[in-house]
Amino acid sequence: MELKKLKARLSTAERGHKLLKDKSDEMVRRFTVLLKEDKRLRDEVEGDLAAALKQFALAGALTAPYVQETAFSMPTVNLQADCQTESIMGVDVPKISLSAAEVPVALPYAFSEITSEADGSVRMVSALLPKLLRLAEVEKAVRLLSYEIERNKRRVNALEYIMIPQLEETIKYIRDKLDENERASIVRLMKVGASASS
Amino acid sequence: MMQGKMAVVGPSETITVFKAAGVDAFAAADEKSARETLRRVAHDYPVVFLSEEYAGPLQDLLKRFDEEAYPVVLPIPAGKETGYGEAFLKTSMERALGVDILFQK
Repeated sequence: MELKKLKARLSTAERGHKLLKDKSDEMVRRFTVLLKEDKRLRDEVEGDLAAALKQFALAGALTAPYVQETAFSMPTVNLQADCQTESIMGVDVPKISLSAAEVPVALPYAFSEITSEADGSVRMVSALLPKLLRLAEVEKAVRLLSYEIERNKRRVNALEYIMIPQLEETIKYIRDKLDENERASIVRLMKVGASASS
Repeated sequence: MMQGKMAVVGPSETITVFKAAGVDAFAAADEKSARETLRRVAHDYPVVFLSEEYAGPLQDLLKRFDEEAYPVVLPIPAGKETGYGEAFLKTSMERALGVDILFQK
């Protein structure tokens, strides 16, 4: 009885192991793609943002700080981000898009107040926002996936190196024992038969 | 589906430009106030940009956001170069794959 149960468990464990391994392989593949995209995006964003901030700093040097402060404190654009989730191999990752199809470039101040360097930097940052959001999305996905892959790997290893060998060993032990019993009873019957006939 | 606004946390000189672009800006002058602000902001905003120089010291707080899809906290390179991006890619790559496939040094 126990042997039968153990055999069923072993076959389940083996099937689960195979499935998890496939899942792990696929996740790693997706992960690599995302990782490469993350790197590319980050390089781009880093360059663009540095340029925008440099220009903004330049603009800041040309205007009095408080003028700048007041000019920028009342933004005219009100951006909304649509936040959804998407499933990659059972891991929920964020999917974000800007509500406004094109990013508005209206500036929140009069042209007389601020230099054109500032206009340019604000425009650059506005144009950069979709890319930033995409980077946020990808980076979070990379993070979540990396944890999930690690967990999954642990499960696969637990099955492969602990569960399955243990089950196999127990099954072998029980089978040996049963064979032994069977041989013993046969021998006993033969002996009994021999002594009865003599 | 969820509608949300974006926020940026960082030193005031770098976040002003985001404010003009329509992102809600929260100034944080030092590490401690950044931690406070981030904790508060992450509650209300699904997307938060964090100035990169605070990403290192606030690593423990950032880790807490990793369990759910939202809020998304993205460290952005602003001002000082910290090499956060590269370090981030490296650690997650090592965690998941165990090998370096991008930098290969």
